[in-house]
Amino acid sequence: MEKFTRLTAIVAPLDRPNVDTDAIIPKQFLKSIRRTGFGANLFDAWRYLDQGEPGMDPGQRRPNPDFVLNQPRYQGARILLARENFGCGSSREHAVWALADYGFRAVIAPSFADIFYNNSFKNGLLPIRLDAALVDRLFRAVAATPGYRLTIDLPAQTLETPEGEVIPFDIDPFRKHCLVEGLDEIDLTLQHADEIRAYEERRRREAPWLFTAPPETAGRPAAEGRS
Amino acid sequence: MIPRHGNPRQGQEGGSGMAARTLYDKLWDAHVVRTDDNGTALLYIDRHLVHEVTSPQAFEGLRLAGRRPWRPDSVLAVPDHNVPTTDRSAGIQDPVSRLQVETLDRNCEAFGILEFTMDDPRQGIVHVIGPEEGATLPGMTVVCGDSHTSTHGAFGALAFGIGTSEVEHVLATQCLLQKKSRNLLLRVDGRLGEGVFAKDIALALIGTIGTAGGTGCTIEFGGEAIRALSMEGRMTLCNMSIEAGARAGLVAVDETTVEYLEGRPFAPRGELWDRAVADWFELHSDEDALFDREVVLDAGCLAPQVTWGTSPEMVVAVTEVVPDPAEEADPVRRSGMERALAYMDLRPGTAITDIHLDRVFIGSCTNSRIEDLRAAAAVIRGRRVAEGIRQALVVPGSGLVKAQAEAEGLDRVFRAAGFEWREPGCSMCLAMNADRLEPGERCASTSNRNFEGRQGQGGRTHLVSPTMAAAAAIAGHFVDVRTF
Repeated sequence: MEKFTRLTAIVAPLDRPNVDTDAIIPKQFLKSIRRTGFGANLFDAWRYLDQGEPGMDPGQRRPNPDFVLNQPRYQGARILLARENFGCGSSREHAVWALADYGFRAVIAPSFADIFYNNSFKNGLLPIRLDAALVDRLFRAVAATPGYRLTIDLPAQTLETPEGEVIPFDIDPFRKHCLVEGLDEIDLTLQHADEIRAYEERRRREAPWLFTAPPETAGRPAAEGRS
Repeated sequence: MIPRHGNPRQGQEGGSGMAARTLYDKLWDAHVVRTDDNGTALLYIDRHLVHEVTSPQAFEGLRLAGRRPWRPDSVLAVPDHNVPTTDRSAGIQDPVSRLQVETLDRNCEAFGILEFTMDDPRQGIVHVIGPEEGATLPGMTVVCGDSHTSTHGAFGALAFGIGTSEVEHVLATQCLLQKKSRNLLLRVDGRLGEGVFAKDIALALIGTIGTAGGTGCTIEFGGEAIRALSMEGRMTLCNMSIEAGARAGLVAVDETTVEYLEGRPFAPRGELWDRAVADWFELHSDEDALFDREVVLDAGCLAPQVTWGTSPEMVVAVTEVVPDPAEEADPVRRSGMERALAYMDLRPGTAITDIHLDRVFIGSCTNSRIEDLRAAAAVIRGRRVAEGIRQALVVPGSGLVKAQAEAEGLDRVFRAAGFEWREPGCSMCLAMNADRLEPGERCASTSNRNFEGRQGQGGRTHLVSPTMAAAAAIAGHFVDVRTF
């Protein structure tokens, strides 16, 4: 995973609450079996005037000039400023892949939906929760200042405004550690494989019904079976 | 903190001297493998459900890292999002959808995972077949790369949706890194009136606390009205926990739970069944357990609910009118309402019963079980779909639900009324297959999300219960099913 330490970037404002993951990446693009290439269809229904389908050439699409990401002043934005309950709805990680593939590395909002928040950290996208009044103030500042940039310092857990104001933010220390170091969580978990096996053995005794395989899988050979 | 009232099984708490715990606390405690210094726990996962949309990248990740599933026999897979609901003998026409389903088939074959393939009579929506097979059991942790995994909490299981990276994590380690949520109790007192269902409780709850009201929480549903619900009703309710922002919903185990599970293919048998049942009856919140928050609804006051906007919290009773943004004080909410009304092409003050429809969809992991189909069929029996309705669709939740409905003659009732009777799958809930709304079309839907474009770009969704959808199909507009 890409490390996140310090970032100075243009901020794009998405001024609506309850932005759901269906809006972030519509369902027709979820048919891909890859992790990449979703950026072209980020916010597809809002970003384009024509109806988007997989495989379309983005150069041939009709962009919606009113949509914020299509406005010249927000080109190159890597920080998204959003309202409450950002990322609600479907668990689709494609939403995070789309934001990251487009170029966003951070989303600032008063609140995030739980699954989206989790998914972000697995993909090097930093979700920052800030007080609603503060977010409101940032919206006004971004609107008033073309080229408005923020500096995010994750190790220091701060945002810095162009005026030099330093805004602290909270983040879970474990998530921060993984993001700053770019760690693979599966590797970390597998360091505790013995504890997982010990737990399993105990549970097999206590609650054996949790481990009874359906008849069809019992003894079924696997072409790529477990070690 | 608020002490729990109205416990269904008082005085049965074990562990003398142990602090009173909620059902969520008990499920959590039983699955913690280890906890680090800052409270991040490694949580063991008993059942992993997999579908074709959120798993390909996880399997690819496993392969790239040279890893294998930790416990393939804990996984049950099924294609549901992309599958056609019309004749399947020719396979899937859309090559992109077909590749995704074939990729699931190949991954399950390669890693020794049980899959109900598209032509299996047990195929269906993952959240319908898990319980139907008894693959969801009380006391389990259940995850799936799908937010509506909350459905399985109806069985006193801790069940929640995860992203694809977490799907890979569970495949590789049988565990997830988690922080504990807060406990929210929704108590529904009294009894539901005639024509009012679990779906209406869910929508009324979301209307009350908002789509972010349960964020960071696990919701336990309790109270007289919940105890009176069938398992189907409890699944509908838990299913929509996520629409209230809560990753997981829970209902305590009782006789209804146990009766539903007995004899199901994955359920234990014989002596093991007896041991399991004894254990399951401990799966309820202790009498003095503390909740971080409690919300109370009176079932007797609930009317059938209809959403009018583009978020499930934009909901009113069928007897009401479309609300006026001008009366909303909060500017962010007000602009959200204005945007929603523009998208939905509705005017403030319009009576809900004056909203006319183009299509009706009865299906989805929220409302496609046998009881839902029975309730809808009872409304339409001997009646005809209104002239103005372009399509009325019934999509059973699974092959077994479909077979049961056909054995009861429900398919004939639907067909005689002018409904299309389809093969099982997610269908028009999210329109990943060929079933979708055209731009501007308005649909009464028993599904769970009315987001912009959810059922097809430009489509307009009103969420309702199965009987309300059925009645709307007959009338051509919304009607109060209680007086229909």
